[in-house]
Amino acid sequence: MNGSDDMPRIRDIAQVCKSKNAGPFLVTIDVLFEDAAVYRQVKATGVLNAALFARLYGVPEEKVLFTPYDAALAFKATLPRLVPAGDFGDTDVYGAQQHAPLLEVEIPLNA
Amino acid sequence: MNEIRMLSTSGILGYGYAEDSLRRGMAREPHIIGADGGSTDPGPHYLGAGTSFCNRMAVKRDLKLMLQAAVAARIPCIIGTAGGAGGEPHLQDTAALVREIAREEGLSFPMALIHAEPDRATLHRMREGGRTKPLASLPELDAATIDRAERIVAMMGPEPIARALDEGAQVILCGRSSDPAQWVAPALRAGIPPAPAWYAGKMLECGAEPAVPKEPDCLLVTLRDDHLVCEPPNPIRRCTPLSVANFALHENASPIHHLEPGGMLDTEHVRFDPVSDRAVRVSGMTWTPADTYTVKLEGVERAGYRAITLCGTRDPVLIGQMDDYLVGHRERVVMKTTAIGIPGAAWQMKVRVYGQDGVMGAWERAPRNTPHELGFVVEVLADSQEIADGVLAVARTSLLHADFPGRLCREGNMAFPFSPSDIPLGPLYRFSVFHLCVPDDPYALFPIEHERV
Repeated sequence: MNGSDDMPRIRDIAQVCKSKNAGPFLVTIDVLFEDAAVYRQVKATGVLNAALFARLYGVPEEKVLFTPYDAALAFKATLPRLVPAGDFGDTDVYGAQQHAPLLEVEIPLNA
Repeated sequence: MNEIRMLSTSGILGYGYAEDSLRRGMAREPHIIGADGGSTDPGPHYLGAGTSFCNRMAVKRDLKLMLQAAVAARIPCIIGTAGGAGGEPHLQDTAALVREIAREEGLSFPMALIHAEPDRATLHRMREGGRTKPLASLPELDAATIDRAERIVAMMGPEPIARALDEGAQVILCGRSSDPAQWVAPALRAGIPPAPAWYAGKMLECGAEPAVPKEPDCLLVTLRDDHLVCEPPNPIRRCTPLSVANFALHENASPIHHLEPGGMLDTEHVRFDPVSDRAVRVSGMTWTPADTYTVKLEGVERAGYRAITLCGTRDPVLIGQMDDYLVGHRERVVMKTTAIGIPGAAWQMKVRVYGQDGVMGAWERAPRNTPHELGFVVEVLADSQEIADGVLAVARTSLLHADFPGRLCREGNMAFPFSPSDIPLGPLYRFSVFHLCVPDDPYALFPIEHERV
């Protein structure tokens, strides 16, 4: 564990953390866990929520659709892209490299 | 109990798959073989330009093996969203490729083309009748947006595909189709209820993507009345509950509610159970029919013309003051283009700085460090290609040759890897139509044309 005070980060405990377009106007970010117990612990901390994504990506919280998905041991957040896919000034047509800010989020599992 | 086995060869027709996977998949005697031809994913360009984002030789290889397998096994072969974007030129190019393969390989079969580029009068009529509704945060569809669009496609559901099968087609090329539709159609015809049928369609739409290691390859789905089993034919791959669950989240805004033509797939209570170390059973999905049958419209319009150039710097003095340098660069470009008679209103410029925030733009929140090199992509959008090229040339020389405090590298500030350095990109298309519409019926926008190949 490399987080501060041994607090694990998403990159230390998740098996999948990814982003992708959900249509040309939205980007969707997923975090998945293989271990149901870890998923439940992460969910119980309440750290992952719409407000977190709003803060990480600088979008209004009401624009974030945040869904914990127990069936897949996953959290999903969907938010508007900065620029529609492929439009002038877009940096990521597929939206596949917008997940990194989430990797560093610390989860107080040991608290 | 009804059962249907369906083999999806690849995530996108032309992305490739192992020939041995196809052979092993066919040994399981699937009732249907197919692949998705495209998506909006590669961006608006291909829909606007009428071209494919896949290489023709690669598509031909994928398609040839599939057609040979389908003919040998006497099963249907269905291609969704033909040609990448599913417009009329995409459909016709794919049909020409199929005829070419059939001629070269001595194959013969009944083929159906399902068109998906409705005429503008029909679109206007639906708009005027209040039968269109914006998606995402787009405005209501207006007449000018329809008229301005370079191309508008409608996304078919399973109904026209099922009808083409009913009418005897063995090879079906769909224009723009909802990704699962090509699999839902044969599943519903086999008596499978909509919920597992749509779920199976979602699993099959990207080939072996629900498996690990995740690379373009085949996926076999065995579908029964209340569940489906996903298994990759290639022995080097496995479906695990995690790999299938991961894919279940793919490209959807919500992991639970999936709006489809004709209804809503609800996946809240889905279960992923391993049936072996490389096959996963999925069950528990539900389907709620919609009161009104809706179809998604996708359209693009031309927003101008672009030119780009790529370069990099290795100069630490310049890298240490890059923000100021780029502010000065923009001022120089404005001044010099004005001097040669290009009005400021005719163009826009964007400089992406790789090594700083080239990937995430304004979303980047990593602390600024001082890398040893930075890469640049300069993008100019203008009213015409001539102006785009002109502004870009000024932007390129101004980036290369400009003074800055403490400058030692007095022969040039940038390394350009290519001659020519400037790349005209042609027209920029942007998504302008992303709306639901209410057609007269599920078949109305999608004429079916049969031929004997």
